[in-house]
Amino acid sequence: MNPREDKILMSHGNGGRMMHDLIGHLFLKHFGNKILEEQTDAAILPVDTPEVAFTTDSFVIDPLFFPGGNIGKLAVCGTVNDLAVSGAEPRYISVSFILEEGFSMQELEVIVKSLAEEARHAKVTIVTGDTKVVNRGKCDKLFINTAGIGMVRKKDQMVGKARNIHPGDVIIINGTIGDHGMAVMNARESFNFKSPVISDCASLNHMIREILDRSSGVKFMRDPTRGGVATVLNELAAKIGHGIEINEQALPISKGVSAMCEILGFDTLHIANEGKVIVVASEQESKLILEIMRNHPLGKQSAVIAHIVSDHPGRVVLKTGTGGKRIIDSLTGDPLPRIC
Amino acid sequence: MRYVDEYRNRELILALSEEVKKISKKEITLMEVCGGHTMAIHRFGLHSLLPSNIRLLSGPGCPVCVSSQHFLDTAIAYSKIPGAIITTYGDLIRVPGSVSSLEKEKAKGADVRILYSVLEALEIAKNNPGRPVFFPGIGFETTAPATAAAIVQAKKENIVNFFVLSAHKIMPPVMKALVDEGVKINGFIAPGHVSAITGTAIYNELAAGYGLGVVVTGFEPVDMMQAILMLVRQIESGTPKVEIQYRRIVHPEGNRIAQALLIEVFNHKDDRWRGLGIIRDSGLKIRKDFVGFDAEVKYPVSVPEPPDPKGCICGLILRGLKKPGDCRLFATTCTPSDPVGACMVSGEGTCATYYKYRR
Repeated sequence: MNPREDKILMSHGNGGRMMHDLIGHLFLKHFGNKILEEQTDAAILPVDTPEVAFTTDSFVIDPLFFPGGNIGKLAVCGTVNDLAVSGAEPRYISVSFILEEGFSMQELEVIVKSLAEEARHAKVTIVTGDTKVVNRGKCDKLFINTAGIGMVRKKDQMVGKARNIHPGDVIIINGTIGDHGMAVMNARESFNFKSPVISDCASLNHMIREILDRSSGVKFMRDPTRGGVATVLNELAAKIGHGIEINEQALPISKGVSAMCEILGFDTLHIANEGKVIVVASEQESKLILEIMRNHPLGKQSAVIAHIVSDHPGRVVLKTGTGGKRIIDSLTGDPLPRIC
Repeated sequence: MRYVDEYRNRELILALSEEVKKISKKEITLMEVCGGHTMAIHRFGLHSLLPSNIRLLSGPGCPVCVSSQHFLDTAIAYSKIPGAIITTYGDLIRVPGSVSSLEKEKAKGADVRILYSVLEALEIAKNNPGRPVFFPGIGFETTAPATAAAIVQAKKENIVNFFVLSAHKIMPPVMKALVDEGVKINGFIAPGHVSAITGTAIYNELAAGYGLGVVVTGFEPVDMMQAILMLVRQIESGTPKVEIQYRRIVHPEGNRIAQALLIEVFNHKDDRWRGLGIIRDSGLKIRKDFVGFDAEVKYPVSVPEPPDPKGCICGLILRGLKKPGDCRLFATTCTPSDPVGACMVSGEGTCATYYKYRR
């Protein structure tokens, strides 16, 4: 890119020549595609299903870089996954940057590059965008908003809606929980844990598409991001009016995450994930779905972690490894470390 | 995970529980003093593994819960001093004072920062010369040595803008006060981390003078079940004494370096406990030698003593006289996201624990 400036200046957002340069030398260079290169005020998009899914998400993560990704990669994965768990095939995304005056041009390019790379990997096209620069101190380095559009086949329209779920149905997750939240916290705070906790940040659309192509038995899908698995299951229990029983011993949790949560007093079920999907299916259908998931690189550690039960309607209960049972609530407030 | 999984071994827990059931005959009440123990009991569902003649009572050992509203109101008043930085452990920031909380003051513009170690506050003070950095110190003998170490370090480095608001407390006086007040207890499940610092002699009077069993206990379910078994044995045989279950951490003499730090920096004062009133010699006050770091001396503020919230029975719960379910506010107007009383605010508070695990 053009090395003329090494910091973001207010002029990079004023609509003039410097902004034009930034778009040309950075954004178009990495995001470039036919639709974007038209540089129209709005992208004109071909669609191939009568219904489309549409979602938006903003990314304000601190720190911008963490083991396993950065804010750019995350901005693609987050929106792609929201579309995918709604049964859509993600196709187009928009990317808007809010940049703080003085932000490093070099870091911006790293972020833009990994955003572009993840978009290519997820097979979504960046079709429109926007750049604003705000005075120093008016935002925290860099914020990104992405919105996305996906195509929805008729047969997949119900997978986000949690219909026809009955006691006996099973809940599957595609691998270890809590990795993203703890990786970010480890990077942000000064714990100096020498742990190899790496964010699970990943676009799940290819794996989900494979599941939906080969099975018609998915009754519900959701990505357990902020609030973790506990929050998704509580929302689900409230919606369907049945109970959910989690089997603690079946929960895939990495050693590093488990140790960090023990030390800081967090419940792993409340910690954020960015590359996980919760799938609800009948027990019978779950065998096929598990097989598909385990054969995918993002689902090798897939497991049945919970069941829909007729007891305690609307509540989520954990069957503990020690034989007891306890209620699992949604997360209240931010997870805070305990004093003792 | 090593040092965790083996202490959560189901067969061991069940074997200990069977032994308790076999030998326990008397109707007894045991008090787990520490909030960490209350958490563990409910998290692992231990009460369901005990015979009905054993009753567990939660004690006043959650430092957030027993900190008075006056203390919080003082910390909030400090947050409004121009340029002030409040540094605090995470669990204090949502605790309601009489009209606000540190979390709310932060939203209004106060500089409130969450720490994992009090030593971070010294770094903040060094990086912000000219701005007063306050640390509201809460906790028992477990956390007080860290505060003491920070104060000693601050003196050594000549850091002049670090101030501690000490609400640190010590355990034995409140345990005695509860028994003196007539709370019927046969034995204490005593906090292992307190004795890791203090040793076990602090409980000799409870055993010898009051005839109560005291077992210094770890925080995993096997630890707790074993401690209950040890207490039942003592009580059934009529031989109350101080025993250590948590041998992998606790030595009878404790941690001498930490004890010396506590003595160097603090002396005892009569202190106010939320719900329990003033208990003689139960609090830690910064000694004159370190007066430059005592927030109350350097920044005296006048904060009225607020009444306890209407309808809240935290005081009775902290004394083990009532259970959360006896409170009409519990899980109705008082919830973890909108707590009325202190026992609901801290994750280790009795009400929060009941709300989370047993509602």
